[in-house]
Amino acid sequence: MPEIAQPFRFGSNAGQPVTRRDGIAKVTGAAAFAADTAPAGLLHALCAPAAIARGRVTHLDIARAESHPGVVRVLTPANRPFLEGDPAEKPTMFSFRIEVLQDDSVRYAGQPIAMVLAETPEAAAEGVRLLNPQYAAETPRVTLDEEAAYPVEPGGFGRPAATLHGDIEAAHGAATRALDVTYTTAPQYHNAMETHAVVAEWTGDRLHLALPSQALAMSCAAYAWFFGIPVENVTLSSPYLGGGFGSKAIPTGPQVLAILAARVLGRPVKLMLPRAQMFGPTGHRGATRQRLRLGIDDDFALTALDHDSLSETSSFDDFHEPAANASQGLYAAQALRSTHRGVRLDVGTPGPMRAPGEASGSAALECAMDEMAEQAGLDPLAFRLLNYAETEPGTGRPYSSKALRDCYRLGAERFGWAHRPLTPRQMRDAEGMLVGWGMGTALFPAPMFQAQARATLNPDGTALVETAAADMGQGAWTALAQIAADALGLPLEKVTFHSGHSSLPDGGVAGGSGHTATAGGALHAAGTDVIRQLAEIATADPASPLHGAGNARVAARDGQLFLVDDETRAEAFEAILARHGGQSLTGGGSAARPPEDAQRHAMSSHGAVFAEVKVDPELCQVRVTRLVGAFAAGRIINPRLADSQLYGGMIWGIGMALHEEAHHDPRTGRVLNADLAGYHVPVNADVTGLEVLTVHEEDPHVNILGIKGVGEIGVTGTVGAIGNAIWHATGKRIRRFPIRIEDLLAE
Amino acid sequence: MKPFDFKQPATLEQALTLWHPGAAWLGGGTNLVDLMKIGVARPDTVIDITRIPGLSEIDLADDGSARIGALVKNSDLADHPGFAARFPMVAEALLSGASGQLRNAATLGGNLMQAPRCPWFQLPESACNRRNPGSGCDARQVGGLALIGASEGCSAIHPSDLCVPLLALDAVVEVAGPDGHREVPFATLHRLPGEHPETATTLAPGELIVALRLPAGAARFAGHAAYLKVRERTSFAFALTSAAAALELRDGRITAARLALGGIAPKPWRVPEAEALLIGQPPGAEVFARAAAHALEGADPAARKNWRRLLAIRTAQKALHMAALGTPETLPALPGSVFRSPAQEVSHA
Repeated sequence: MPEIAQPFRFGSNAGQPVTRRDGIAKVTGAAAFAADTAPAGLLHALCAPAAIARGRVTHLDIARAESHPGVVRVLTPANRPFLEGDPAEKPTMFSFRIEVLQDDSVRYAGQPIAMVLAETPEAAAEGVRLLNPQYAAETPRVTLDEEAAYPVEPGGFGRPAATLHGDIEAAHGAATRALDVTYTTAPQYHNAMETHAVVAEWTGDRLHLALPSQALAMSCAAYAWFFGIPVENVTLSSPYLGGGFGSKAIPTGPQVLAILAARVLGRPVKLMLPRAQMFGPTGHRGATRQRLRLGIDDDFALTALDHDSLSETSSFDDFHEPAANASQGLYAAQALRSTHRGVRLDVGTPGPMRAPGEASGSAALECAMDEMAEQAGLDPLAFRLLNYAETEPGTGRPYSSKALRDCYRLGAERFGWAHRPLTPRQMRDAEGMLVGWGMGTALFPAPMFQAQARATLNPDGTALVETAAADMGQGAWTALAQIAADALGLPLEKVTFHSGHSSLPDGGVAGGSGHTATAGGALHAAGTDVIRQLAEIATADPASPLHGAGNARVAARDGQLFLVDDETRAEAFEAILARHGGQSLTGGGSAARPPEDAQRHAMSSHGAVFAEVKVDPELCQVRVTRLVGAFAAGRIINPRLADSQLYGGMIWGIGMALHEEAHHDPRTGRVLNADLAGYHVPVNADVTGLEVLTVHEEDPHVNILGIKGVGEIGVTGTVGAIGNAIWHATGKRIRRFPIRIEDLLAE
Repeated sequence: MKPFDFKQPATLEQALTLWHPGAAWLGGGTNLVDLMKIGVARPDTVIDITRIPGLSEIDLADDGSARIGALVKNSDLADHPGFAARFPMVAEALLSGASGQLRNAATLGGNLMQAPRCPWFQLPESACNRRNPGSGCDARQVGGLALIGASEGCSAIHPSDLCVPLLALDAVVEVAGPDGHREVPFATLHRLPGEHPETATTLAPGELIVALRLPAGAARFAGHAAYLKVRERTSFAFALTSAAAALELRDGRITAARLALGGIAPKPWRVPEAEALLIGQPPGAEVFARAAAHALEGADPAARKNWRRLLAIRTAQKALHMAALGTPETLPALPGSVFRSPAQEVSHA
């Protein structure tokens, strides 16, 4: 398991902008990632990806592949070893059906149709090529087809339920102005720098995995299920992650196959997906076509907000981008409706990708709001303030906290929004570029999951805290250590933090923007438990200055216990433990949100994003020149890392608005731009003038630490703000994302 | 990956002797290695030419000409102050290509020989006459890529930025081969696909580019030259369209003009009709529009409806306009871009 280096900046706990604990290890190359694991006798695995999206594999030249020097074995549906878990079933509620060579059918391009095991990666690659697959291909379905749409059957993860509040038809009827628009968003694929990987090694029926994971304990349970072994027989090391974005929480077919190969061949096996194979079996954000029907009355109040989303899923499983949910908790409409419809395509099953649902839904909603404001002749921010929700729309529940008004005000001031002309095509820069300003509201729920943690106070006054949390690069291990240090009343440099290994207490899922709140809550509880035990010892010890004081009146700070009412009565941790046999003290804790708390309040992070774009009037190139985001996300544990997460989300928004899109070959269904030269995300030069403001919220309801989460909200609001700014610059409403030169060039 | 022999000849003569059908020259490797990894290039021998002496010089002659060795790195050439001053649009084209890391590795000779980025060329299972003669063209099945110069058999687009101003400036390629040295005018280096898409250049098998020359006459455009590259993101993207425009102005009239386009054809595309039209005219929007309108004369009829046709014409027009304004004192922070100063003040109408 990784030894986390001691922090380089001392004396800073929660609230301080501590630098990443793992930063130097990562930038110097000292950090070993899962695929850097190299046990003796290692074999290299590589999947043969299907070159068609629908049909059957009719032939594989296995003999030729196996005769290539270095190739050890080719796994195909004909010889694939027994797998205890049925790939058509799901081991956990956050899982998908997977493709592990169960038959010769092809259900999407890039699906594994064979796996080659070889002594070197090069031999494996040549083995894959020599298989020379032949297919019986059928015409693939790769575009959203209204004709084939069906209502999504609700069922939890990826199957959003329809919602209805109020009389939507009456509300439409009561509107004096109405809007009915359709927006589309493109398919996007997770492209973490580190592709999916596994190094699998079996010792008898014990399985050792080095595998980048956003959900260590859940992954262990899933792999144990697939291989018919007790979960305690699985150890998983996920030392560092080079990004995850939602795709590394869920077991994938290629990883299961590599583990299976290791078992049948009796040798450790390593698989690291080539970039192109990230476009298929590892999830993606499905395309959407969203229809929004809005109505307002004479006072510009929303009467109806009606959001229908058509989204893709695979032919064999369900994950529908829950886009219409984005409009359900934000604006005070008299009637609200969200519906989701699906289309089955010959693509891999979509999955959660940074702000799943909210990203796509917010893009469409914020543009529709802008169009409604335009129709009403109102400033877009003024229109939103007229429809500000004081309680959760539909349910009337109070918000646990909601400083959105402050976000609007501070963001607008910082951006200079007051100088915005109401009508489009009014601004130019000195070079003649069209300039436009747009805005959008950001919203993301503040969920919690379940986590456990352990804290040990050592006789020398240092501490060890442990939880199997996941740091995808967001800085979780740094922020979590800050929380733990505060709970223990220790400076950060006295706290050693162990994480990233399944032998540690379950740190929960790094997802849903809930990891810091959840794993942090568990660490807080564990640290508090240790301090409680220490206080019991001290107050019962006649030699302690704290003797006789009630437990509740004792607190910890800077390595000392002291009486809250009389700080002169204090004693160092080491002194207390020294008289208590010099033993360490261990405490445990867990965190989860009680269901009644979740019922009582609506809990979300909020924000406002303001965008400036410049559009070249002749060539129609668009550049985002300024983005100001103001966010209220409860208590910020580490401002540096929180800002970084918000920046990252907003940059993602630039990509979603202008760049990211997988292109399918209409004939084969293959993704044609399955590499980072062709699948565009913003480069540094596309990101200028990025600014984040955070608005502090005291939230006593969301969780004991008052944390809401910052990992995903930055995407929301931003995409719409950019689309609206493009309209403001050009006068053109482009109702699809990403917005392209060709859209703006059209007369 | 197919196993291959790796050779590192110490002299040009050794290199030329080592070559045989199935061998590949390795310069910076920024294109070849990628193609080998995806199974498109499958050499049995890789001949690393980077140890050959004498191929990494940049010589600027007093007469205004220049000779650049084939192994000069893209970034070294672009950052050479004397070269950039004399041939600013070549430097700008270099800096607008690829990414900083790639430019640090990529070589001049390799850039001239780079393979197209047609998606189907890069997917070994698909039909591609260039990769696998006679197999067909999957790109054609979905409408084709190049707007002009394509054939039934291939419509891949030449991806280089650098080649566009080199064509405009009448560069000359020096080639060594088994039969000795020869010179190839740039305009005849790249071929149109025609019936033989597999043959992308006029170099004979076993020939190796050793240097590139820019003629003395090219330097007269230094004061009025622009390379403009249109793309959705600011860096690390191939051109949707690009144009190299160069003017010589005397007494308010155009006395010499060059115009070449990129991103539209299987090879860099020069527009002599536009150049001829500009001679003797005062620079201005109207004449530039008339000149640029020639850019896609003779284009595939299907391309008439393609939005990139309009974009290409506007790109040419804008590049001429930028050239007429005069070459900036220093290379712009965003090379090849119309967004020269992102931090500019905004004025309200």
